[in-house]
Amino acid sequence: MKELLSGNEAIARGAYECGARFAAGYPGTPSTEIMEAFATYAGVYAEWAPNEKVALEVGIGAALAGAKAMVVMKHVGVNVAADPLFTVSYTGISGALVVISADDPSLHSSQNEQDNRNYAKFAKIPMLEPSDSQEAKEFIKLAFAISKRFDTPVFLRSTTRVSHSKSVVTLETPQPVEDRTALCFDAEKYVMVPSNARKRRVEVEKRMRRLEEFAEGFPENRMEINDPEIGIITSGMPYNYAKDVFRNYSYLKLGMVHPLPVGLIRKFASRVKKLYVLEELDPFIEEQVRALGIEATGKAVFPYTNEFNPDIVHRAITGCREDLRTLSARPLPPRPPNLCPGCPHRGIFYVLGRLKAFVSGDIGCYTLAYMKPLEGIHSCICMGASVGMAHGMSKALGKKGKGKVVGVIGDSTFLHSGITPLLNMAYNRSDAVIVICDNLTTAMTGLQEHPATGFTLQGEKAMGVDLPELVRALGIESVRLVDPHDLKTTGAVLKEELAKPGPSVVIARRACVLFKREKSAPEKPLRVDPEKCTGCRVCLRLGCPPISWKTTVAAAGEDRGGKKGKKRQGIAVIDRNRCNGCGLCRQLCKFGAITEVK
Amino acid sequence: MDTRGILIAGVGGQGIILASDILCRAIMTAGLDVKKSEVHGMAQRGGCVTSHVRYGKKVYSPIARKNDVDVLVSFEKMETLRYLDFIKPEGTIIINTEELYPPAVNLGDAAYPEDAIESVRQMFGTVKVVDAPTLAAQAGNFRAVNTVLLGALSSCLSLPLAIWEAALRKAFSPKLLEANLKAFHLGRAV
Ligand SMILES: Cc1ncc(C[n+]2csc(CCOP(=O)(O)OP(=O)(O)O)c2C)c(N)n1
Repeated sequence: MKELLSGNEAIARGAYECGARFAAGYPGTPSTEIMEAFATYAGVYAEWAPNEKVALEVGIGAALAGAKAMVVMKHVGVNVAADPLFTVSYTGISGALVVISADDPSLHSSQNEQDNRNYAKFAKIPMLEPSDSQEAKEFIKLAFAISKRFDTPVFLRSTTRVSHSKSVVTLETPQPVEDRTALCFDAEKYVMVPSNARKRRVEVEKRMRRLEEFAEGFPENRMEINDPEIGIITSGMPYNYAKDVFRNYSYLKLGMVHPLPVGLIRKFASRVKKLYVLEELDPFIEEQVRALGIEATGKAVFPYTNEFNPDIVHRAITGCREDLRTLSARPLPPRPPNLCPGCPHRGIFYVLGRLKAFVSGDIGCYTLAYMKPLEGIHSCICMGASVGMAHGMSKALGKKGKGKVVGVIGDSTFLHSGITPLLNMAYNRSDAVIVICDNLTTAMTGLQEHPATGFTLQGEKAMGVDLPELVRALGIESVRLVDPHDLKTTGAVLKEELAKPGPSVVIARRACVLFKREKSAPEKPLRVDPEKCTGCRVCLRLGCPPISWKTTVAAAGEDRGGKKGKKRQGIAVIDRNRCNGCGLCRQLCKFGAITEVK
Repeated sequence: MDTRGILIAGVGGQGIILASDILCRAIMTAGLDVKKSEVHGMAQRGGCVTSHVRYGKKVYSPIARKNDVDVLVSFEKMETLRYLDFIKPEGTIIINTEELYPPAVNLGDAAYPEDAIESVRQMFGTVKVVDAPTLAAQAGNFRAVNTVLLGALSSCLSLPLAIWEAALRKAFSPKLLEANLKAFHLGRAV
């Protein structure tokens, strides 16, 4: 049977077909749908862990007990999971363990563009890289097989284009599952004290040599010899871009990017006249090819940054711009993603903006508040960083920083990596205020559950951690709960907390507007009474998508009506089809110009 | 048959991804190879969204080259102007008349281009203008803008109607199906 699947759905399907029944992960674009798809298969265990390090440790535990386990994360998630990763490479596993790293060239939804192939080399773990959904489904099976055979964790690397594009996949009947789980005692192998780890270290090198040999005969490292004038070594999505524009050149398509098949590369190089290495991001393959003494063109013509496309590949190899018609020359207003109408984060950042504090931000939907007009976030490094950074900043500034440093973090992000730095704030007696933007879900990545939502990935009821109690237990004495849609109270509470000595936490709680479970009846949309609007623009400071500025005739000099004495240049208007009636703008309007649509 | 390309563009939340899913299912049912690509994650947050669809006997790249797309379906008037370089000079353009203001326009810092349709008409021979919100409302579901535009697209492709209807049936729950079938046909008739 054929089905149109995304790369992510295909990975989940492949894992299921080959008998994997265990997966752990933490959401992160572009990897999230792998877990969501896997969780829907019958008889599987799939969980959202609070962060990627925990997810990997859960996967390692399952694999030590003999399971075929899959661990799923986005590229930066591997940074979080790196500590166990480097050492599970030493121990190996008893069952099978595949770690999926979904990289994001072009930073479509990420804070950096790291090339995680480097982790494969760094941690001495083999890595496979599919180029479309069919391969994604096949390669995850191969990854499990390699993991079992070589007693090693295996990486499967995807990129945003592979994960999020859809193509036709042939489905197969899932293999019957054998339960191979058992307690497995082998302290020498699994207790990584120096004396044992030294021995395993040697095993790792032996394994790499065996994998290098295996790579030579691995059928997914394949040569396509056509026109011998030009040969291209490539892998993943760039292979498709090249095939699209140069059907007749010769290819060495690598399904395994670590370790590389050195003999095959030499053979391919000897059969073509001019050799290119086509890879997005780092010259990972190119440098290794050159180290073999083989001349190859790579980053001399292909960019280091951003994902490629067929045009980039064509231009780089032919060296010429094609005669293309260009029409889109006129500058258009940009259209960045924005907080939704009615988003609970908007109120918080409006209030913070009034307080003129430095806002040490974090990652989530609320990061979008850095943009005009809210401009409510002044730094963002990685998940969880807001808390530690606010503390460091407040300590460095001393008295100067009192009442001026706020850290802002989402609920999912807080549970991911905000707890330890908050403990530190209590321990080292910080003066900063932390705001937890609790919208009761992981919104940015598409509304996933987390340990405070009360539900698991597979939809079962679970304990939901009580955030105020958790925060108190960490040693924070001043904990306040506010509704961010109540601008006045939110503002007053923040002011009080900033004035107090010592650390405090304000939890701003209101459900995300996209959240299904707690959806209440939508509020009535609002409108602006053109007679009452004075054109003061205060409502526009919210940056709410349905509110726009309309220049009126008054701007041309003929003031008609409106507030006397003030020259109106225009008025605010609300697009009733997009307004969800949250009422923030009504709270701000001093002239009573904003009312419900009749 | 060479690879053909369709580009669907618009704003997050307009149902672009669902429309392109239905399109791809129809193409696949017709026995062709098909790939599609879009970048989502922040799609619901009101940013630009595009979905590339490419089909033929054997498709490699899921994204199109410049001057290579046969049909552009633009779900938002101004957005049309962002993607013109992708369209073949003899390509078809379908434009929804809906205007969604980006933040800079809302704030009065930038102007919304008033002449989008006229300027596209000057550059391309086949331009179809669709008042999708009105047709969707007429079909009984104001959210069915995407299905109206899919209908408008369907009349530019040679897939049999039965295949389209089957793909719609698969995509919508019984509750939503009727309005969406209606929306599709209203779009197809434009
Ligand atoms: C290490 C790491 N893992 C995952 C992500 C992807 N990611 C970005 S923000 C976020 C969570 C957002 O949830 P929350 O903090 O609740 O904020 P919301 O989006 O709901 O406002 C995730 C999973 C990331 N950037 N880094």
